[in-house]
Amino acid sequence: MLEAVDLACERGGRSLFRRLSFALRGGELLRVAGPNGSGKTSLLHILCGLLSPTAGAVRWEGTEIRRLREEYSKQLVYIGHAAAVKDDLTAAENLRITCTLAGHRVSPRQIRQALDSFELADLPVKRLSQGQRRRAALARLLLSQSLPLWLLDEPYAALDAAAGRLVEELIDGHVARGGAVVFTTHQDTRVRASRVIDLDA
Amino acid sequence: MLEAARCIVVRDLLVAWRRRSDVATALLFFVIVTSLFPLGIGAEPDLLRSIAPGVIWVAALLSCLLSLGRLFAADHADGTLEQLLLSAAPLGVIAAAKAFAHWLVAGLPLVLIAPLIALQYDLPAPLYPVLALSLLLGTPVLSLIGAIGAALTLGLRGGGVLLSLLVLPLFVPVLIMGAGSVDMAAAGLAPDGQLLLLAALLIVAAAFAPWAIAAALRISME
Amino acid sequence: MTAQSVKWFWYASPQTFYPVAGVIARWCGAAAAVLCAAGLYIGFFVAPTDAQQGEAYRIIFIHVPAAWMSMFIYVVMAFWAAIGLAFNTRLSHMMASALAPTGALLTFIALWTGSFWGRPTWGTWWAWDARLTSELILLFLYLGFMALQAAIDDRRRAERAGALLAIVGVVNVPIIYYSVQWWNTLHQGASVSLTRAPSMAATILTGMLIMALAFWMYSIAVTLVRVRCLILENR
Repeated sequence: MLEAVDLACERGGRSLFRRLSFALRGGELLRVAGPNGSGKTSLLHILCGLLSPTAGAVRWEGTEIRRLREEYSKQLVYIGHAAAVKDDLTAAENLRITCTLAGHRVSPRQIRQALDSFELADLPVKRLSQGQRRRAALARLLLSQSLPLWLLDEPYAALDAAAGRLVEELIDGHVARGGAVVFTTHQDTRVRASRVIDLDA
Repeated sequence: MLEAARCIVVRDLLVAWRRRSDVATALLFFVIVTSLFPLGIGAEPDLLRSIAPGVIWVAALLSCLLSLGRLFAADHADGTLEQLLLSAAPLGVIAAAKAFAHWLVAGLPLVLIAPLIALQYDLPAPLYPVLALSLLLGTPVLSLIGAIGAALTLGLRGGGVLLSLLVLPLFVPVLIMGAGSVDMAAAGLAPDGQLLLLAALLIVAAAFAPWAIAAALRISME
Repeated sequence: MTAQSVKWFWYASPQTFYPVAGVIARWCGAAAAVLCAAGLYIGFFVAPTDAQQGEAYRIIFIHVPAAWMSMFIYVVMAFWAAIGLAFNTRLSHMMASALAPTGALLTFIALWTGSFWGRPTWGTWWAWDARLTSELILLFLYLGFMALQAAIDDRRRAERAGALLAIVGVVNVPIIYYSVQWWNTLHQGASVSLTRAPSMAATILTGMLIMALAFWMYSIAVTLVRVRCLILENR
């Protein structure tokens, strides 16, 4: 479903990776490994469509994502390093906005459930700790289970053991239901990846 | 699509409301700047009456410029801008919604405060509606064109000053037509021509600026 | 791909363009020198003295061609910017970046000579004449373009941001020009305008055209030299 063909990425005059190709189908989990600065985030950005690769193309269901634009965006969830929540709004308000912008309707009950699973109170985000903020960002996963593609940049960063386990379960569940997940991580995780791309090589 | 636009406008208004003091300071700037001119030039009533439209318009321009720097910077810092680029609605629509929200917070209040300033300058009463209308038509254009500059200078050092250099030349037609319309009315002539031109600028800006803003955002976020 | 399109993109490669640019620059530079000498000769020795303005009007031979070229170069710059954005060719972006300083210089010359013309004619060094004011705003547009490109470290983002700014600018230039013209009539009334130059005797027009051509050749030469430098920098 997701195909990367001969991707190359150059940033700041440095070539991060070249001739990177892979195909990812539903039900598969791809882990991108590599030290800091090896281009993991850039690769995820290219797969989202936020960054244009120096060479090569990314295809979704056979069509280049450059042509699909919003059609492609509607089918994916991207959670990056930044929490992507507005400090002045509550976690619930942030979730509702994120889902509306992504094009799907959610009921207040569903939002409440998502926040409860991650043990988040309905406070303005600026009053939450780093870990809680990260959980507020990841709570979105519970509302995006119908989206076929998840792109997660360091999903386990700044999470405690319990929250980390919850995220692992979510990823496992999504893959089991036929979704595709691409994630980067430094940490050891029990989630078994169908495939690993090591950008250090 | 409209769902997403409405969502963004409401979101930005909510954030602005919760940071009321930031918004208020920008409007206070408008009032302070207009108070500086009599202090610098002299408070002779005839002189003030003749420079009033120009002063109010220039102050509106500068006030707008001040708040434009924040338009995308906050979203860029907390990561929400990335998510906006990945949303289900076309980026042009999102850009238009952001510019509209900016106008509601930074431009519309100027339209409401301007009559008070005009009072300070002893502007004749019949000119008030023309002044208000010119600002009502012109300030959205400033938000739209300014947003292009804000998107281009996203995250750059010296961003605020650079933004001014880029955007002020583009503001000149709006300034000329806006202040000019009030001057025409002051001279006893009909300001229709200038107001219609402002309306035309607004329509053209509303039609084309969102796409330029979207392109600029993509360029800056790469 | 047809033979035509292959040939265009062949020259779009910086490596192939480098020697070509050098050759063209040399010829244009020579042409500029010759034309400039001819134009100035006509301007300062052949053209008749004006009844109204005396000898002072002769600065028109530099002022008007410089102003024409400054506007022309902005349009060309925007053209290359658009090509660069559309086809993603680096050389097009380099052309746009190379044109800006020359355009800014010519705009400055137009303003400076305009000021010299104004002094004996009106008695002031600066009058808010429609053309001078438009040229001033054009100078800001050029400087803004150069400042934006200088402020961005990432070359690709700098080129594309500048390109978008140039395109937005070129669309606005007619609007700015028209509104400044209108503003001038509202506030200046019937005072002497620089745009109403002494009635165009044939020699004067010829002189101005030759100088315009000289500036054009100069611009091409200098721009191509600059492009060669950019090509070397960006290898």
